[in-house]
Amino acid sequence: MKTIQVQAAGLFTTVQDLGREGFGPMGVSPSGAADPISLRLGNRLVGNPEGAAALEMTLLGGTFLFPEGAVLALTGSDFSATLDNVPVDPWTSLEACPGQTLRLGPTRSGARSYLCVQGGIAIKPFLGSASTHILSGLGGFEGRPLRKGDVLSIASAPQSYRRRTVALHILSRLSPRKILRCTPGPQSEWFPESSHSLFYNSTYLVAEESNRMGLRLEGPSVPVSSGGHMITEGVSLGAIQVPGGGSPIILFVEQQTTGGYPKIANVISADLPGVGQLRPRDKIRFECVTLEVARALLHEQEELLSSQELIQE
Amino acid sequence: MPATAHGTAQFRPASDNSLLIYFDQHISPAGHQRVAKLLRLLELQPISGITNLHPAYCSVLIKFDALKLRHAELETRLHPYLDRLDEITLREPRHREIPVCYGGEYGPDLAEVCDAHSLSAEQAIDLHVSATYTVYFLGFVPGFAYLGGLPEALVTPRLAVPRRRVPPGSVGIAGHQSGVYPFATPGGWRLIGRTPLAMFRPDRAAMSFLAIGDRVHFTPISPERFAVLEKA
Repeated sequence: MKTIQVQAAGLFTTVQDLGREGFGPMGVSPSGAADPISLRLGNRLVGNPEGAAALEMTLLGGTFLFPEGAVLALTGSDFSATLDNVPVDPWTSLEACPGQTLRLGPTRSGARSYLCVQGGIAIKPFLGSASTHILSGLGGFEGRPLRKGDVLSIASAPQSYRRRTVALHILSRLSPRKILRCTPGPQSEWFPESSHSLFYNSTYLVAEESNRMGLRLEGPSVPVSSGGHMITEGVSLGAIQVPGGGSPIILFVEQQTTGGYPKIANVISADLPGVGQLRPRDKIRFECVTLEVARALLHEQEELLSSQELIQE
Repeated sequence: MPATAHGTAQFRPASDNSLLIYFDQHISPAGHQRVAKLLRLLELQPISGITNLHPAYCSVLIKFDALKLRHAELETRLHPYLDRLDEITLREPRHREIPVCYGGEYGPDLAEVCDAHSLSAEQAIDLHVSATYTVYFLGFVPGFAYLGGLPEALVTPRLAVPRRRVPPGSVGIAGHQSGVYPFATPGGWRLIGRTPLAMFRPDRAAMSFLAIGDRVHFTPISPERFAVLEKA
C-alpha cells in the first residue's frame, strides 16, 4: 500500500471528506471539508469520487514524502507548493515519483489548500465518513490534526496518471466571495431595523479566534430588541448567531448542532464553500437575498460543477 | 421570515436548506413528546431529500437537499406526518444511572451554587440526586444530553463568562437544565460534579450512553470510587 509520510504537518492539517450528514439526533455535526468545492474538484483531477478523503491544510502547508510515489492534485488556496523544489501548478494533477517530496508554504490567497491523492486517504470511517471532528476528537486520523512523523495510507486505485486541469474561466465563476449572500435567519424579526441596517451596511473583520466551528466577526454590534426569550433550538450550517454582546458569529462545518442565541441571517449554501477560504483579518460584507435567489444560485453553481468543460484532459 | 402553521405546529425557514418546526414556545413535556414522535416517525418512514434532523426542546430543525426540495414542498409532505403524531407510541423510557463525584475539584461551582440558594453541600447534592431527569434531546456536541427536571431550589443562571475548557464527564446545571459534558469543550454551565462514565464512545454499539426520552438518576460516589470506575 502506498503511503504519505508527514515530515512537517503545517499549521493545522486534518483529514476531511464531504462529512457525515444525518447524525444530528446524536448531537454529531457533519464536519467535512471547509471548502467542499475545492475538495470535489481536487478529487476529480486525480480520478477519485468527489467525496474521497484528502488533506485539508490551513494558512501554512506541510511537507509530505511519497516513498512509493502517488498521483496528486492541489486545489483551494495557493500555498506556493514545490515537488522536489520544482514549482507545482495548483488545480492540475501531477505524478510524484517514488521518493519525491511535496513542500507547501504559507498561503498566497485564501485560508485552505487541499491535497488530494489518487485512491484517497485510507481511513477507517466513523459514522460513514473519514472527516475529523476536532472538538470531540472523533473521525479522521486519530481524531486530531496531523503531526510530524505520521504515516498515512493511500487506498489503492485502479487508474494510472492522466494530466487533468480545471478550466480557469469556469473556476473563476466558482471563486470565493467577500460579499456573502444571506437569507433571513429564524429570529431575524427579533432584531430592530437599526441592527438590520448596520448588519447589511457594515464591513466586518474575520477575528483571529475563528476556526472550523465558527467564524467570529469584529464590527458593529447588532443587538436584538429586548423581550425575546430564546429556547435552545437546532442550528443550520452558516447560521449567523448574535450572542448577548451583539457580535455576530457564523456557525461553520464543525458547528454545535443546537444553540440558544438568536440568528439574524444565514449564509446561502452557494456561498458557504467560500467561507472556508476566509482568513483572519479578511473583510467581509453581507447582502440579503430571497430563498428563491439562494436556490437559483445553488443550482447555477451545481451546473458549473457538473459541466463537461470544467475538467480538461 | 414568514411563518406558516399546520395545526399547532409552526414552520419557519432557517436557511435555504433547512426548516424549523416549532411545537411550542416554551419547554413542556407535551412539546418534547411531539419532537420525539416526529423523530420516530421520520425514522420509520423517511422522506426522500431530508438529510439531517436536529431535535431540541420543543422544535426540530430539518435539513434537506435544496437541489431536490423546496420549503413549501417539504411542509406539504410533513403535514400527514404531523397529523399522525398521536398514533405513535414511543418506546418505554429506559432508566439510566450516572455515578457522580460531587464538589471539590470535581465540581468547582458547587460551593457557589450552595451560597446562591443558602444550602449546605449535602442538601444541594441530595436535591440533585433525588430528581428524575428526562433526556429532552442530544445536541451541542456528540452525546450531550439536555436534561429537564432540575429541582426548582437548584435553578441557577449560567456563568457570566464561559470556561474555555470543561473537563469531560463534568456534570453541570444552567437555568432549569442539567447535563453531562462528554468531551473537553468550552462551556458556561455551573459544574457541580463529575462522572467517570464515558458519555460517548465510538467503539460502543450505542455510541451515546443517553438517548432522547431516557430517564436519568444521579448517584453520589466518593473520589476513591471515581478513581476505580474511571480505570474500568
